[in-house]
Amino acid sequence: MLSFIIRRLLIAIPLVLLSSVLVFLLVAYSGDPLAELKGRNPPVPESVIQAREHTLGLDKPMPARYVTWLGNFVQGDMGKSIGGVEVRPLLWQRLKITLRMVILASILAVILAIGAGVLSAVKQYTPTDYAFTFIGFLFLSMPVFWLAALLKEYGAIRFNRLFGKQVVYTVGAETPNLTGSFGDKLANYGGHLILPTIALALISFAAWSRYQRATMLDVLGSDYIRLARAKGLSRSRVMTRHALRNALIPLVTVVAIDIGAVFGGAVITERVFSWQGMGALLVQGVQTNDVNILLAWLMVTSVIVVLFNLIADVLYAVLDPRIRYG
Amino acid sequence: MADTRPRPPATQPPTDPGDDGQALQTTQHGVQVHEVPSTTTEREFTVVRRSQTQMVIRRFMAHKLAVGSLVVFLLVVIISLIGGRFWKYGYADITDQFSTPPSLEHPMGTDDIGHDTLAQVLRGSQKSVQVALMVAILATVIGAVIGALAGYYRGWVDSALMRFTDLILTIPAIAILAVLASVVASEAGNWFFIGLVLALLQWTYIARVVRGTFLSLREKEFVEAARALGASDTRIMFRHLLPNATGSIIVNATITVAVAILVETALSYLGLGIKPPDTSLGLLISTGQQAATTRPWLFYFPGLIIVIIALTINFIGDGLRDAFDPTQTRVRA
Repeated sequence: MLSFIIRRLLIAIPLVLLSSVLVFLLVAYSGDPLAELKGRNPPVPESVIQAREHTLGLDKPMPARYVTWLGNFVQGDMGKSIGGVEVRPLLWQRLKITLRMVILASILAVILAIGAGVLSAVKQYTPTDYAFTFIGFLFLSMPVFWLAALLKEYGAIRFNRLFGKQVVYTVGAETPNLTGSFGDKLANYGGHLILPTIALALISFAAWSRYQRATMLDVLGSDYIRLARAKGLSRSRVMTRHALRNALIPLVTVVAIDIGAVFGGAVITERVFSWQGMGALLVQGVQTNDVNILLAWLMVTSVIVVLFNLIADVLYAVLDPRIRYG
Repeated sequence: MADTRPRPPATQPPTDPGDDGQALQTTQHGVQVHEVPSTTTEREFTVVRRSQTQMVIRRFMAHKLAVGSLVVFLLVVIISLIGGRFWKYGYADITDQFSTPPSLEHPMGTDDIGHDTLAQVLRGSQKSVQVALMVAILATVIGAVIGALAGYYRGWVDSALMRFTDLILTIPAIAILAVLASVVASEAGNWFFIGLVLALLQWTYIARVVRGTFLSLREKEFVEAARALGASDTRIMFRHLLPNATGSIIVNATITVAVAILVETALSYLGLGIKPPDTSLGLLISTGQQAATTRPWLFYFPGLIIVIIALTINFIGDGLRDAFDPTQTRVRA
């Protein structure tokens, strides 16, 4: 087991390094961080621009700049934004907000996907199956921002009217300067979280439920299930004890691979609900051409994605011993 | 009445389409095999042997939802590509009617400046469809070639190419697009560039599928036979092996269209894709959302069009998967 983990790590580390090269090239060639300075009217003296280039290290050749950046990054120094703010605390603060949504939505989506997928498979070609299939296809085809906006503009109002007071919120990740008891705070967080999480979860659940249905059908058609039924076990016992446990394993990989896509979905969902998370940071970084913000954003995201894939690999090996020796 | 002669097996073994010798000539042209009529009253049996393509088409046609979706999808595509020219308002025209709900004059209403929403939706879906079709074609070609190379040569070529696909998956596509699109597309509001970048990010899945097919088939006898006959690597890859992956390639190309539309509209929604004065469905939703409660038509229609396009494509893809999958038993060929 340990050697398996080490093998996976040996693949993951070069992958992250390669990814850092890609990220660096992408950002380095995507725009000039001094464009705004150079375009000013009246023109800024050449010497000022050169001085800025020097402090930002832009006068050095590309490989040297890459090594400097990577060295700093590994030590946790992500530089300063154009506005002069330290990038690292900014990024962490935004990341926490976004991850809150990503993790909750993923958990919700997995539960929904397992429920819908397994039910669909067990009741194959019945109205239940067709209903779940249609729902799956519908959410698979819906842009996440449209669904989120639908929930925000129409769902929230109805919901709040139902309770007679504001339970769900549609703007921001939390009410600023919140005071009150722990319970109040929790309700406030929850109220802000609920709609974006539902939107993101429904979009992610669609593909996973289709996948879960396929694996469950696969397992149900296998010989050992027929044997279990033949030796007289009840249908429900075979379903829960024999089929379901094996049918859940492949979903682990799919969820982990899709985590990047869920993250991308969260970025868009945030925008709909005006959260100040990673999405807003990305848009800000792109619009102001803020090199350090973009570099840190892309790099941290890519590390998270690789990390999730690693966890999935290990988890898969724990669940299915055949993989370790494969 | 039962036809007792052995029928062509439902599960087709991997075929060798590169072998275009005599044998193929005779089978391709639906040879009619006549049973010897035993009595004069009984009608003679006629069995027409069908090519694989014909079988796939027949199976697809039996899938009503998929056929219906195909019709709707083609209508939407044609209307989006050329409809803008025939509609009385252009997407940039400003009428003297502000914020009117849908009517005969403006089937999708107007916005607060006086733009006709139908004209704008037509323009938007034109851009989306253009991007999506381009992505599907390009990504499929790139994916097929990379997957073929990796699966055929194995070894270090395979490792290198597969690590490369892993690499592409480490950063969310939307972020790469955002960084790249903001730079180059800002000069042109260029759908072509957005399509190009999207294609460069979406080929990974097709590559994996093609690689899988190649790995499982490259040791088969027909490949060996082709090699013994002196066929070059390129010929074996693209004439003998690749056609065996046609099914999965077509299915995935279909799905890529849906994915591309969703990503492109999301990018425009963030304000990083196609930019005003031009318009796209994502942009329309983004502006329509601000008035979603007072002028819901601005928000509903562009979103519905996206859902219709993506949903019909997904149904078509599902139908194609059933049609290409030889192990399925639901629809008799």
